[in-house]
Parts: sequence; C-alpha cells; structure tokens
Amino acid sequence: MNQQLGASRRPDIGMGALFAATLKRDLKLSLRRKSELVNPLIFFLMVITLFPLGVSPEPGFLAELAPGVIWVAALLATLLSMDSLFRTDFDDGSLEQLLLSPQPLMLVVVAKVLAHWMLTGLALTLVAPLISVMLFLPAEGVPGLMLSLLLGTPTLSLVGAIGAALTVGLKRGGVLISLLVLPLYIPVLIFGTGAVQAAVTGLPLGGYLALLGALLALGIVLAPLAIGAALRISVSG
Amino acid sequence: MVEKKKWLPRWFYQLASPRWCFQICGKLLPGFSVAALVLLLGGMVWALLFAPADYQQGNSFRIIYLHVPSAILAQSCYMLMAVAGAIGLIWKMKVADMVAKSCAPIGATMAVLALLTGAIWGKPTWGSWWVWDARLTSMLILLFLYLGVMALNSAIESESTAAQASAVLSLVGLVNIPIIKYSVEWWNTLHQPATFKLTERPAMPADMWVPLLVMVVGFYCFFAVTLMLRLRNEILRRERRSGWVRDLLLSK
Repeated sequence: MNQQLGASRRPDIGMGALFAATLKRDLKLSLRRKSELVNPLIFFLMVITLFPLGVSPEPGFLAELAPGVIWVAALLATLLSMDSLFRTDFDDGSLEQLLLSPQPLMLVVVAKVLAHWMLTGLALTLVAPLISVMLFLPAEGVPGLMLSLLLGTPTLSLVGAIGAALTVGLKRGGVLISLLVLPLYIPVLIFGTGAVQAAVTGLPLGGYLALLGALLALGIVLAPLAIGAALRISVSG
Repeated sequence: MVEKKKWLPRWFYQLASPRWCFQICGKLLPGFSVAALVLLLGGMVWALLFAPADYQQGNSFRIIYLHVPSAILAQSCYMLMAVAGAIGLIWKMKVADMVAKSCAPIGATMAVLALLTGAIWGKPTWGSWWVWDARLTSMLILLFLYLGVMALNSAIESESTAAQASAVLSLVGLVNIPIIKYSVEWWNTLHQPATFKLTERPAMPADMWVPLLVMVVGFYCFFAVTLMLRLRNEILRRERRSGWVRDLLLSK
C-alpha cells in the first residue's frame, strides 16, 4: 500500500537537482524580462557619467577618483536590483511553495542569489574595463578592479538578499532596504577600493583580495541562514 | 525524592512573563536611579575638578569622562539588543523582543553622544572635527545599524514580525562589533587604543582612571534605568488588553 502511494507520487528530487532547477528558473525568468536585466547596468553607466560632469573632467583627477567611484556605483547598482530578488516570487505565491519544500531553504536561497549575481555582479565586472577607460583608470589597475569586483560583488548580493528578504512583505521596501544594507556594504567597499588602489600603485593586492575572499566565505556560510530565517518571518507575518 | 535544583533563582524565570518583569523592574528602578545619580554626579565632580590635567592635552582631555563611557555603552547596548533578539527568535519570548526594541533608541543616542564628544575632543587634539579613521567610521556604521533596526521595526506593522525581523538584522550587524573593538589594533589609526583592558592595568595613573571607571559604572546604571523605564512602557503598551494592566491603570 505504502509502496503504491510512494510510486504514484513524483519521486523526491535531490538537492543538486533542486539547486539546478531553481538556478535555471531564475535565470530564465530574468532573461525574459530584458529591462530588469539591463537596468542595473545602465544605472551603473549613468552614475559613472555623473562624476566627470559633476566633479571635474580632468583625467588625472578622475584617475585618482576612479576606484572609489566605480565601486560605489557597483554597490548602488547591486542595491537597486536587490528589491526585485524575492518580490515577484512573493507576489505570485511561488515563494511560499519554495518555503514549503522539504529540501533545505538555504539551498534554494543560494541558487537564487547566484542567479542574481550572474546577471548583475558578473555583468558589472565584465563592464568594468569599459568604465575604467571612461574614468582614465591606469591600465595596471584594471586586473585588480576586475578581480576585486569578482570577489566582492557576490558578497554584495548575499548581504543585499538579507535586506530583500526582510523587506519583501512590505509595500514600500525600496528606501528601507538601502538603509538596512548599506552599512553592511561598507567593509566590502573599503577592501574593494583598497585592492584597486594597490593595483594602480603597483603594490601587492593579495592581502585585499584575501580579505574580500574571507568576507565572501563568511557570507556564503552565514548569509543563507539569515536570508532563510528572514524569508520565513516575512512570509508568515 | 530529592527535588531537582533549578540553575537560577526563581525571579530570573519570572522575568519572562511581562507582568512579573514589569513588577521586578519597578522594584529595581529606585535602587538603580539612586546609584546612577550618585555615581554620575560624584564621578563628574571628581573628573572635572579633582582629576589631574593631562601633561600633553591639558584640560581638554576631560571629555574622556563622557566619551569613553558612552562609546562602551553604545557597543554593550548593541550586544544586549542582539542577544535579546536572538532569545526572542529562539524561545519566542515576548519580553526579550520588548527589551531588544527598547535598546535600539538608547544605543543610538549613546552612539551619537560618543561621536559628538569624539568630534569635540578631536578638534583641539587632532585639529579637525572628523577624520575618516577606522574607529570613527566603524562607530558611525554602528549608528547606521541602530537606525536601520529602528527603521525596520517601525516599518513592519505586525509587532511580532517586526521584532523577529529586527532581531535577524541586529544579529547580522553583530559582525561590526569586533571590527569596532579591534579597529584601533588592526589599522594604524589616529585614535588611541582602548583605555580599559581586562588583563592589563590602564596606561594612565590611578587618579585619572578611577573617576573614569566610576563614570562607566554610572553610565551603566543610567542605562539600566532608561532601559527599565522604556521596557515598562513597552510592556504596558503591548499588554494593554490584558486584565492586569487594566486593573493597574484603574487602581491609580
């Protein structure tokens, strides 16, 4: 009897399959909504454009400013895209289904954050060389910039997802999420710009990258726990 | 049959009930108020009139007697908020949620006080109101964290959801506490290292640090008083529909 019941149900999918399925679904959904995909990148470019216009178009000055400006713009672009991470799933009810699944929620959350990062953080990293030319960043700084963004932006996505999960149940979460998340972004910003500056001046940047990697490791281990807990709180409340 | 011994005295368990907590706080309040008043007044007079002036900074160093206690308290208060939040999350204890909520504004005020007194002290000593130094920046982040927790708490309408969400946020923000603590040791900063350490004697002479210690203890007592006042208000506000609160209010 039991066996029959078991056979009639769909077989439980394993954790790896769940992870892959969530990742694929999120990527597919995002790729279909092109505007959401491109908006953070356009925002990134626009913020960068504001600085030469607002501060000074002088190359030497811009080169000095570039690491910080690029990192701040990347941080804001990530933040801007964060709000939609769980929003659509929450609105159409699929988030509740994800919470009900027997597999650990952390896994689903990591898959969603990974999908988000591939379409924002990774994209920002790939656009960064273009930006660095616009801001006259010396060529020696570009590898440092890309490496630091590659290691830093996943942390930004992980931490931002905590804020997104905490505010997903609220109607106007937009400003609140930046208030919650920006203070936690500051360490990443410090070490990220530090790495670029070290690369520009020819100093070893291993230490900065190691610190960014440490932040990422800490984030991967702890952030999914917090995101999962926050999602459960937001959905049940 | 030997009765199983409880780990902790009975009143400790009673703290979990809003009603008992309200009464216990009411009993503790006068004592702490007197202690805070005596310690703060005594410490202030001692610090401002009798402690010796610094050989380098002259009298301007005396602001340390406000700066250090408020900075210590801002961090302790955050710890208390996070721990209370965790207790509330794990054991679903209402009083812990209320403690966490009452902590946030006090801690934010202390962080502001520490930053302000630091700025006032920085002007004669470093020549500028503000430097982007690790200690100062991490303290500023602490203030932002407090503000974030408060904003989240007020944005969510359901009280229990708000408490849980802010507890998660304050636990996440806990990573900042060791950064503040060790910022003066990890980075080369203008800010001087910690005055009090558990394992060593303070670097300053006793007639300078003893009043400081008095001030720190006084600040803690003052914190306890404000926390209990806020907590009692919060208990009354949240339990306003229960019988004992109605009886209490009608009997007055």
